[in-house]
Amino acid sequence: MLTILFDGIAYGMLLFVLAAGLAVTLGLMNFVNLAHGAFAMAGGYATVVLMNRFGVPFLACLPLAFLFSAALGFIAERTLYRHMYERSHLDQVLFSIGLVFMAIAATDYLMGSQQQNIRLPAWLQGRIAMGDVTIGLYRLFIVVVCGLMALGLQWVLAKTRFGSQLRAAVDDRRVARGLGIPVVKVFAITFAFGSGLAGLGGALGAEIVGLDPTFPLKFMLYFLIVVTVGGTSSLTGPLLAALLLGVADVMGKYLVPQLGAFIIYAMMLAVLMIRPQGLFARGR
Amino acid sequence: MLNKLPEQPASTTEALSPAAFLQAKAAWRWPEILFWISAFGLILLLPNRHLLLNEIAILGLFALSLDLILGYAGIVSLGHAAFFGVGAYAAGLLSKHGISEPVTGLVLSGAIAGLTGFLASFMILRGSDLTRLMVTLGVALILHELANRLDWITGGADGLLGVTIGPIFGRFDFDFAGTTAYVYSLTTTFLLFLLARHVVQSPFGLSLKALKDNRLRASTIGIAPNRRLIAIYTLAAVYAGMAGALLTQTTQFVSLEVLDFARSADALLVLVIGGSGYLYGGLIGAVAFKLMKDVLSAMTPAYWIFWMGFILVILVLIGRDRLMAMLAKPFVPLLRLLGVRRP
Amino acid sequence: MTFALETTGLSKSFGGFEANADVSLSVAKGARHALIGPNGAGKTTFINLLTGVLPPTSGSIRMMGEDVTRVSQQGRVRRGMARTYQINQLFADLSPIETISLAIAEREGSGARWWNRVGKDSAVIDESEALLRRMKLGAMMTRRTATLPYGKQRLLEIALAMACKPKLLLLDEPAAGVPEDERHDVLDSVEALPDDVTVLLIEHDMELVFSFADKISVLVQGALYAEGSVEEISTDPHVKAVYLGEDTHV
Repeated sequence: MLTILFDGIAYGMLLFVLAAGLAVTLGLMNFVNLAHGAFAMAGGYATVVLMNRFGVPFLACLPLAFLFSAALGFIAERTLYRHMYERSHLDQVLFSIGLVFMAIAATDYLMGSQQQNIRLPAWLQGRIAMGDVTIGLYRLFIVVVCGLMALGLQWVLAKTRFGSQLRAAVDDRRVARGLGIPVVKVFAITFAFGSGLAGLGGALGAEIVGLDPTFPLKFMLYFLIVVTVGGTSSLTGPLLAALLLGVADVMGKYLVPQLGAFIIYAMMLAVLMIRPQGLFARGR
Repeated sequence: MLNKLPEQPASTTEALSPAAFLQAKAAWRWPEILFWISAFGLILLLPNRHLLLNEIAILGLFALSLDLILGYAGIVSLGHAAFFGVGAYAAGLLSKHGISEPVTGLVLSGAIAGLTGFLASFMILRGSDLTRLMVTLGVALILHELANRLDWITGGADGLLGVTIGPIFGRFDFDFAGTTAYVYSLTTTFLLFLLARHVVQSPFGLSLKALKDNRLRASTIGIAPNRRLIAIYTLAAVYAGMAGALLTQTTQFVSLEVLDFARSADALLVLVIGGSGYLYGGLIGAVAFKLMKDVLSAMTPAYWIFWMGFILVILVLIGRDRLMAMLAKPFVPLLRLLGVRRP
Repeated sequence: MTFALETTGLSKSFGGFEANADVSLSVAKGARHALIGPNGAGKTTFINLLTGVLPPTSGSIRMMGEDVTRVSQQGRVRRGMARTYQINQLFADLSPIETISLAIAEREGSGARWWNRVGKDSAVIDESEALLRRMKLGAMMTRRTATLPYGKQRLLEIALAMACKPKLLLLDEPAAGVPEDERHDVLDSVEALPDDVTVLLIEHDMELVFSFADKISVLVQGALYAEGSVEEISTDPHVKAVYLGEDTHV
């Protein structure tokens, strides 16, 4: 039982890292980017290619996956996304769905439609026993890495100069610009960083949640759940929502497999109906 | 009744009395009539493309249904396939369990989809665009999952087999060339279009436009938004359900595809192409969409989805209005007559 | 005596901030009552409480003697409360004739009809037309609202409220932002409002307040600060100090 719980937590942490970028673009910048999963997928495929074709060790792949997705995110932001910030939500939705479709087809073309596998290094395979609980080493690794990321992210947003610049830019673009904050640069870096995190999540998650060209579509709703259920006022909300989602999903699939994904969808609808602002958002 | 609108509405309408102005706004224009005459004319003109035309009519009806909530009530839906799917499965199951007369099946399927839409509408009343997006998507996913799991009823991933449809009113059999199918789908679409046209020009339709335009003010003049939204959402669900039922009845097969996310996205793309908020967008868009799909799928069979994404991105990025203005300069007067205010 | 509007101990706080504190205001039937106050005094919050956009933290609102504190926005409209907005809240895509007939149809309970066309009901159209002419909008009844000059939009703002046939009309800075040459149109229309309509005017413009109101209440920092006739308020040294003194340059 506790093993399942731990698996759920690991899954939740993974979802948080995958969705953290979206929490910032959607939550803070109010930009609906349904193509966020495409950047996660890019990180996953980067890892697959690096490991399988070039023999790069798994640990070295993780930062490379981050950089790859971040670079993609940066390019996409500079060339495409920045035109969309001021548009209506409908336009943003349509635009990013279009990107999702293009990413799916392009990945299919380049990599084929089959499920991709990565071989974890020996030291991450196997399980360790802690009393009655046995924990997969890789799950533990994920919890540690993602936990560190979450802490780091919180620190960057709350404590650094960049974090305060971002918050100011989000609050009021014109005033921030007037104060000499390079708004355009701040947004681009934020977007790239969020995409990079997604890429890292994609690399870490390939082993657990699988990787094929439909990845961005399959997980689109999960990311959105993390952000909207978590509420958009801080990163703590999305983190809690991701953990809740991860635990509920894993537990549900172990305990009542015949219900499948119903638990998650039903939970989401219930939360959105009762608290449209998000479960952990401060009431307005 | 055929009323020609003056060439320059901005300067001359002021001379019209308000009653005449409102009447002129609602009157049939000749391009509209031309549109429907050609649609029915294709029954004779393109006898060997009736299968494709049938698909276009069904997609057009489905997109029209989405237009009712998107273009007239401003509700962004990512899961409109939910109601299409419910209608499609309802029609299939009805025929399997004894009701094989198509029109009866169509009406019942529409009613079942409408009931689903009525129940779902309560979830879209609160919250922002984003919560609506997720709720609509979530409802479609749940129904997809249901259809997948309840395989003893729906056939699950294999699809519902053994759908047999009788002749329409016991007289007109479906043929392999799809002629009966096209006439049946087009007639249904036309009748539902007439009703939609009537509804959007009624005080109810006007209040929807007001709600979409400025919900705050609409509330201050006493319009209670919820009932209106529930009503239009339910109506749209009936339409989508009937479109789904048409697909089942004319293909004699239902699969999980009817509930796919891609189907919801199709309808959105159709409206992006055709424009929303004037009822013809879905129909014109459906024609353009199917023709493009035909051509592009022939070029790169497996990667239609890429082009679909590409078209969406380009249309949104450049702006549909600007792109259309470039592409369709010669057609602008025509579109204006159809009721597009800013082509 | 029953008042057209009577608030008792009305308060609203957001978190720790008290936007309205213990406001007890009575507006007599048929009155021309003005509510003034410096920026941030809580005027907007007050109007939102009156119309039911926000629920009060405590206190009650009575309209024509009936407690409406828990009545919905639409319920208050049905009971005869209408308002205008400081910043135009109009239907940009509709024409004035559609805008007004929409409100009239809604008032008459035929706003949800789907079986006949807008404009079929000639009683509604005739009334809309008459109202628009009275509000000096006769020449542009069929234009898109978004294309009307600003002053005309302000007039439509008032006409739309009048279309609800209010017993109580809340005017939120009707002349705000209107250019000089269109200003007298707006002022005239406000002057010409029928006598049986009770008007509560929320205004910044002293010229308009002094010429229009028969009674003035002053709101400062969320609370009622003074109340009296035009004469009393315009000569009250305290009011001058907190309000007129700092704001006469506006």
